Amino acid sequence: MKFKLTFWRVVFIVIMILGLYSTYVRYLRGLGAVSNMTDQFPWGLWIGFDCLCGVMLAAGGFCMVGAVYLFNVERLHPVVKPAVLTAFLGYVLFIVGLLFDLGRPWFIWHQMIYMNPHSVMFEVGMCVMTYTTVLFFEFLPNVFERLNWEIGIKWIKFFYPVLIVAGILLSTLHQSSLGSLYLIMPEKLHPFWYTPAMPFFFFGSAVAVGLAMTIFESTQSAKTFGRQLELPVLNTLAGALLVALWVNLLLRFEDFFHRGQLSAIFKPSYEAYFLWLELALTYVIPIVLLSFKKVRLAPKLLYFASLSAVLGFVTNRLNIALIGFEQYVGYHYVPKWTEFMITLMIVAIGFAAFAVAVRYLPIFQAEHEETLEEPGVVVGAGVLSHAGD
Amino acid sequence: MSKAILYDATMCIGCKQCESACAQQNKLPYDDTVAAESVQSAHKYTVVLTKNDKFMRRLCMHCQKPACGSVCPVGAFHKTSAGPVVYDVWKCIGCRYCMVACPFNQPKYEWGSLNPRVRKCIMCPDRIAEGKQTACAEICPTGATKFGERDELIAEAKQRIQQNPSTYKPRIYGLNEVGGTSTLIIAAADVEDYGYPASEKLGETPMPEYTGRVMERIPDFIPLWTLVLGGIYWVSHRREEVAAAEELEKNGGKQ
Repeated sequence: MKFKLTFWRVVFIVIMILGLYSTYVRYLRGLGAVSNMTDQFPWGLWIGFDCLCGVMLAAGGFCMVGAVYLFNVERLHPVVKPAVLTAFLGYVLFIVGLLFDLGRPWFIWHQMIYMNPHSVMFEVGMCVMTYTTVLFFEFLPNVFERLNWEIGIKWIKFFYPVLIVAGILLSTLHQSSLGSLYLIMPEKLHPFWYTPAMPFFFFGSAVAVGLAMTIFESTQSAKTFGRQLELPVLNTLAGALLVALWVNLLLRFEDFFHRGQLSAIFKPSYEAYFLWLELALTYVIPIVLLSFKKVRLAPKLLYFASLSAVLGFVTNRLNIALIGFEQYVGYHYVPKWTEFMITLMIVAIGFAAFAVAVRYLPIFQAEHEETLEEPGVVVGAGVLSHAGD
Repeated sequence: MSKAILYDATMCIGCKQCESACAQQNKLPYDDTVAAESVQSAHKYTVVLTKNDKFMRRLCMHCQKPACGSVCPVGAFHKTSAGPVVYDVWKCIGCRYCMVACPFNQPKYEWGSLNPRVRKCIMCPDRIAEGKQTACAEICPTGATKFGERDELIAEAKQRIQQNPSTYKPRIYGLNEVGGTSTLIIAAADVEDYGYPASEKLGETPMPEYTGRVMERIPDFIPLWTLVLGGIYWVSHRREEVAAAEELEKNGGKQ
């Protein structure tokens, strides 16, 4: 077995080296040395991206589980396993990200004994912890299948209804609660983003991103792992995404209207530029694209539309976490390069773990099929896939 | 009855003895460099600011219903019945939600530490328990910082404003802001000029209510949503069973 140095592997190695250096700075020099966070800006990129976006990007898991097992949309069955895998990895990495951001991460278990039920953060923490456990059990059949351990699969199948309902309940709670985190700062967060409806918007965007991420993931894995997804599946997801985007858009503008912001959002200002970027990426580009049936049937354009929607919602959450506070604080927060490196390292580990899981586990195979290894299936750019052996 | 601090900026001479007494009480370094710093930080809980030859003190407001206490996932902050909002360093996990949530931006962080703590004025709870005043009130040579019962201090502040309406702005900052605070300020200038958030922006709603409105629904939401989800699951799978049974019947029992 020889190890080939591809472009993406070089990128991965560079990110890992710089990320490990940043990790060293984080734990041996402190939060002040590794980040540009200050007393005025106590939450930075890690809360904005790793936490708020990370949890949103992992929403595909509960969306697809809900669609297939709760609503019985059989057509979508092929995307459940990769979606659950992404969600599981996403939540584990979210917790890893938290260990960087928390000032005293070794006390993270305190929230299980010193509970404060009034705290939104406490609720999010408990939900994330239990939901990660649920995802672990939803993911476990892949390992059992690989090991051909029928009893294990049977047991999980037996508890599946409980896992499904618990998973969706917990997701509803914490996806929306991430928005509730900001409800206590009405005078700090810019009126473009502060709204009492934030919990609803966070949930709505999670559903839309769940769909968009599943499309993105399916089309991306088609490229990376040389596996083709049936068009009807993509078409169904694309239609659902279009509806989800419209619902989000209409509610968003109803909210602008209700709070008397409708004229303010069209006046040029620092915040308005970021809002426009967000609205263009989230709604204008994907809605226009997805409105054409041709696009919904063309994987390449679907890939582009879903990527745009995902980036749009990411911009939305970064606007809420970072841009929306700059006017109040009175200065611009720009993350330090080491902050970026730690975020990039976590993302890179996610990609690598996905590639490894796909390589060794029957993620892309239908349930209860014979899981014979096909060496030809895994090609090329998967960061750690052994394309050369 | 709960204790409070009344700061009367018109009586303040800017001697900064409250700063040094506070530092001594909380075992913080204090020298000329620290004295010259005009911002609060992890090593400076209170600061005396100067603007147009007028002085203004900043310190934790000790809200009646503190945002920090409501947001902390581990309950490291709480308002004691005696008045102070205190901090339990052992519980703290370092999420810094208190810093983001505080309407007065009082909690500060030890960014350089490897085991960082949140730092802010805690209104000398140990001294209060012993029946003493806070360190800053005790040392104040002019009585600009006065310690006492909140109700009595409010009455006194009203009286001072009434007797000298030309000196004071006609308001007590902290009386109703975010539902009332245990630090009260009267002054000749607008407190907003010294970095205090404007009363109109703060409003009179206690900060915890903004999240409380959502959080209080959760205990009902969990069982209801579980029932709905379980119901959907049952209906959609029942439909499948019925379809299968009908199929079987159509084929006259033949498989």
